[in-house]
Amino acid sequence: MNHARVAYDGSIQEATVIDDDVQLLDGRLVTQDEVVWLPPVQPNTIFALGLNYADHAKELSFSAVQEDPLVFLKGPNTLIGHKGKTVRPHDVTFMHYECELAVVLGKQGKHIQQEEAYDYVRGYTVANDYAIRDYLENYYRPNLRVKNRDGCTPIGPWLVDKEDIHDPMNLTLRTYINGKKTQDGTTADMLLSIPQLIEYLSSFMTLYPGDIILTGTPKGSVDTVVGDEVVTEIEGVGRLVNTVVGEEALQNS
Amino acid sequence: MQTVYMKLSGIQPLQEGKVNLNKQEVWINGSSYKNKDLAFDIPITGTVYGTLLNYRNAYIQSKETMHQAPYQAPPKAPVLYIKPKNTLIAPESIIPIPEEEQELEIGAALGVVIGKTASKIDEFHALDVVEGYTIVNDVSIPHDSVYRPAVKEKARDGFCPVGPWIMSKTAVHNPNALEIRVLVNGELKQKSNTNQLVRTVEKLLADVTEFMTLTKGDVLLVGVPENPPRVKAKDHIHIEIDQIGVLENTIDIEKASVGGRL
Repeated sequence: MNHARVAYDGSIQEATVIDDDVQLLDGRLVTQDEVVWLPPVQPNTIFALGLNYADHAKELSFSAVQEDPLVFLKGPNTLIGHKGKTVRPHDVTFMHYECELAVVLGKQGKHIQQEEAYDYVRGYTVANDYAIRDYLENYYRPNLRVKNRDGCTPIGPWLVDKEDIHDPMNLTLRTYINGKKTQDGTTADMLLSIPQLIEYLSSFMTLYPGDIILTGTPKGSVDTVVGDEVVTEIEGVGRLVNTVVGEEALQNS
Repeated sequence: MQTVYMKLSGIQPLQEGKVNLNKQEVWINGSSYKNKDLAFDIPITGTVYGTLLNYRNAYIQSKETMHQAPYQAPPKAPVLYIKPKNTLIAPESIIPIPEEEQELEIGAALGVVIGKTASKIDEFHALDVVEGYTIVNDVSIPHDSVYRPAVKEKARDGFCPVGPWIMSKTAVHNPNALEIRVLVNGELKQKSNTNQLVRTVEKLLADVTEFMTLTKGDVLLVGVPENPPRVKAKDHIHIEIDQIGVLENTIDIEKASVGGRL
């Protein structure tokens, strides 16, 4: 089942989505165009993986062989829902999207073994983990100015129950800018699989329901400019739409 | 007497009280209590953001390597990190030391507690968004490299004691002139002062909210002074910040510590 959080008629609603129908929990049936999409999960801790696809690591000229996985954390300020707008600062030259499978946890655990890792997963959604490369610095890289900006992590449109995804390690990821395909990969190419990531993170900290793991992106991250419609899509999970806007969108008109 | 906001164990709403720091007593709804008789819980609710290299001497110590690989250049923006929810623990709780580690680093930090939504604020109005101040122990597994985010070193369960309360902002004359003392087993191990900050509280708030919104309940740590004390299992840690209070915890092995108190 596809679970969404939406705003409709002045209140925040939980909903399930079947085709074009959005079934609100209070019984009302509305269409996808009638709702405002919110991030489908109210996050606890948000983890993100850097360089978790060999081809993307190569694209960024990093060696794929690392001692420890490159993990960073994100704050709740970064998340925005489907059909949201993400600001590109006027002074930047390179802002790229990253289409990522987001794993949402449903159960608390520590020292979780790979073999039982999926027991801790509630479901999956799509994330677009934008990065502004102009702001990269070599301290706790990728630094928060690159990766923790307001609204720079579109997520959604909905959460898909894990039971509905046959093999999360074999899903096609694609990104389209203004309808043109610019990224095409598969979760099969992750360096560390979902079970390995859960085992690694839980080896040193407790994971909780509502934790979200953004599992990294394959190659094909290109620059986006103001006005671009960026669609990140994962087979069987969803199609997440975002529009890049300029800073003037935040000014008083 | 100064106004504080406390989370007491067993009571859901945050409690407003008056505190006398010298007498170590708190007044709540007209009755007085000794600090030691109250069970203080974690007083904050939002995201905790830490700041690296924001004390002059800590910055100077790293300066030599800043032009070398992998850093190449000194940092321009504040270097930030997140202490996630699993790290937060109350005053008097046990800080768990992982089995494979011998020592932990104590990061005595002034925590600026946000009182209202703060986006792109300027330095001169920065304190308008502050609710008050608290004491945070930003515990780490010692690590030399700061090239990659230190999640494994800083985000362990129980690595962020906070408290004992939020001291209201009006009680603190100048957040950029507060002495900080760390005592381990009663012995003074570190003395510093927020007058040594590279970015003042106001400047840090301005630079951080330029790109990310802080919301009510979030906490921004102004940094950790140079030469953080190293501690081991069974050590008692006392962090004192002038005009704010004392945060005390004890280190113990991880297995003994889940939700535990001594």
